[in-house]
Amino acid sequence: MSNQIVQGILLGGYYALIACGLSFMFSVMRIINLAHGSLAVLSAFALWLLASRFHISPFLGLIIVLPLMAAIGWALQRFLLERSARGGALLPILTTFGLAIVIDNLLFEQFGADTRSLAPFIGSLSYDSWEWPGGIYVGKLAVVIFVAAVVLLGGLQLFLTRTGLGRSIRATSEDPDTAGLVGVDARRANAIAAAIAMVSVGLAGAFLGMRATFDPYAGATQLLFAFEAAVIGGAGSLWGTLIGGIILALAQTLGAKVHPQGFLIGGHVAFLIVLFIRLYMSGLGLRGLLRLSMGKTS
Amino acid sequence: MSAVSPIIERGTAASRVAGTGVAAIIVLLAIAPQFLSAGAVDRMTALFIYVILAAMWNALAGFGGLVSVGQQVFFGLGAYFAIRLANAGLNPFISLFVSAVIVGMVSWPISLFMLRLKNGEFAIGMWVIAALTHLLVNLDRLIQGETGTSLISLNVYDASTRRVTVYWLALAAMTALLAILFGLLRGSTGAAIRAIRDNEDAAASVGVRVTGTKRLLFVLAAFGIGVAGALWLATAITFQPKTYFSVQWTAYMVFMVLVGGIGTFEGAILGALLFFLIETWFGSTGVWYLVGLGATALVFSLLLPRGLWGTLEERLGWRLLSVGYRVKPPVNAMDTTGEITSLGQTTTSREKA
Repeated sequence: MSNQIVQGILLGGYYALIACGLSFMFSVMRIINLAHGSLAVLSAFALWLLASRFHISPFLGLIIVLPLMAAIGWALQRFLLERSARGGALLPILTTFGLAIVIDNLLFEQFGADTRSLAPFIGSLSYDSWEWPGGIYVGKLAVVIFVAAVVLLGGLQLFLTRTGLGRSIRATSEDPDTAGLVGVDARRANAIAAAIAMVSVGLAGAFLGMRATFDPYAGATQLLFAFEAAVIGGAGSLWGTLIGGIILALAQTLGAKVHPQGFLIGGHVAFLIVLFIRLYMSGLGLRGLLRLSMGKTS
Repeated sequence: MSAVSPIIERGTAASRVAGTGVAAIIVLLAIAPQFLSAGAVDRMTALFIYVILAAMWNALAGFGGLVSVGQQVFFGLGAYFAIRLANAGLNPFISLFVSAVIVGMVSWPISLFMLRLKNGEFAIGMWVIAALTHLLVNLDRLIQGETGTSLISLNVYDASTRRVTVYWLALAAMTALLAILFGLLRGSTGAAIRAIRDNEDAAASVGVRVTGTKRLLFVLAAFGIGVAGALWLATAITFQPKTYFSVQWTAYMVFMVLVGGIGTFEGAILGALLFFLIETWFGSTGVWYLVGLGATALVFSLLLPRGLWGTLEERLGWRLLSVGYRVKPPVNAMDTTGEITSLGQTTTSREKA
């Protein structure tokens, strides 16, 4: 059992990784990007293409793919989200939903229905493990992912609290108009925030590809995982996302133990229970369930 | 004062003609199976189901301000409960209707929960509900997981009786649901619904029961989409959870309503018609067809967020099935008081749906 708990916690790192971009974008721009999962899968396919066609290891491939994801995030904000957000809060949902359909089906058109994995391209890392005291075997890759998540969350936290750019993003997230009055370029801050979010999505996509398989329509599931982890984690700091990811993973592990098909059900049920508690305890998440309070240092 | 008081209309000359036209179209559609080929009857049935889906999603998103990407849950449940009821020995045609009633009842407790979420959170929250329901339906032994099952009891009717009966049921369901929605929007609830659509906080501040009205729309949409799911099962016979709980259904609804005109009664119907034509012409191109649907929805949300009908209505003042009020300046107001004229103009241009 303790073995499964350890595995669950490590898996939580992946969920935190994919969730932090979603809640970060929501906190800054009040937009939930429904193409979030599809973009992660896009990144995984890009790495797969580099690895299978040009023999570039997925880790090296990140040097190419992550800047590309940043550019996509910037363009996404400038050309799509900025425009649709002007039409009210509902329109961005439809815009990004349309984008998700386009990405999923273009990927299907390009790569077909086969499930792929990046595992064959990362050598022994995909199956190697360390033996921890108590006879617990932990996969090296799972540890790498967890450490990456912690580094990313910590780095983001430092960036937001310690740098001028981070402060201007935080100011924009609190109140874009007032931030504009004191000389913060809200458009620039939003575009940079979107770029950062997409880098985290790109990284999550890479780890999705390494630890499991993916197919062109895998984006929806990833979006739901990200949303669930972010909501369970709550409106705390970015670290809440990590806790949310871990709780989601543990609930899935527990679900799988109860019933062979219970993995996903366990996660969804945990999400609904937490949602129920949060809605009735806080008397409505008025600031929005996903909203991070980024200002507070952890 | 009475000389300059604005005239309030509930429709235009065109909308009165349109009312008669709609009645004539329904009568024509009712006798159409006499003249149509079997394939055409099936296609028309699909069209009716699309109209239901578009109108119901529009009721929720366009009028209630609730964008859901999980409406496939009610489509799937509509089919699932019909299978279950028919398996329990109920007449398959009756179980289609009873199933939708159950879907409506199930949606009520869901609404208690989900309506507390806002905007995007509501949208994905509904998707989680759909994903969870899909997984739970898979656990039912009768359904045999993704293998699925069939509405076997429908086989006692011969193919042509079945086809025409489902056609008439779909036509009747579409007409009834559109009539309910029309009545709802035109009546006193309609004013509340439009107030919520335009500004939720302002509506609440003048005493509109926001949550109650939204709940009504949520349950109506669930019931209507449940009807659509049950009818789809009656035409397709087979039930595979994956097909019915697919997010694609919501994608279709989004496409139809966005292109037709979100928040306009006629827009959803126009959108369904266009979707039907596009599917007929391009449906066979597979993936590119889906890419095209997504791209069109995306482009409309960016460039023409009011859709085709909404834009026409705004530019030309068209009104066919009028659910709102029109405030016109009195005839002589133009040359007497400029103030009244401008008041009348702003009100006319603001009036929607």
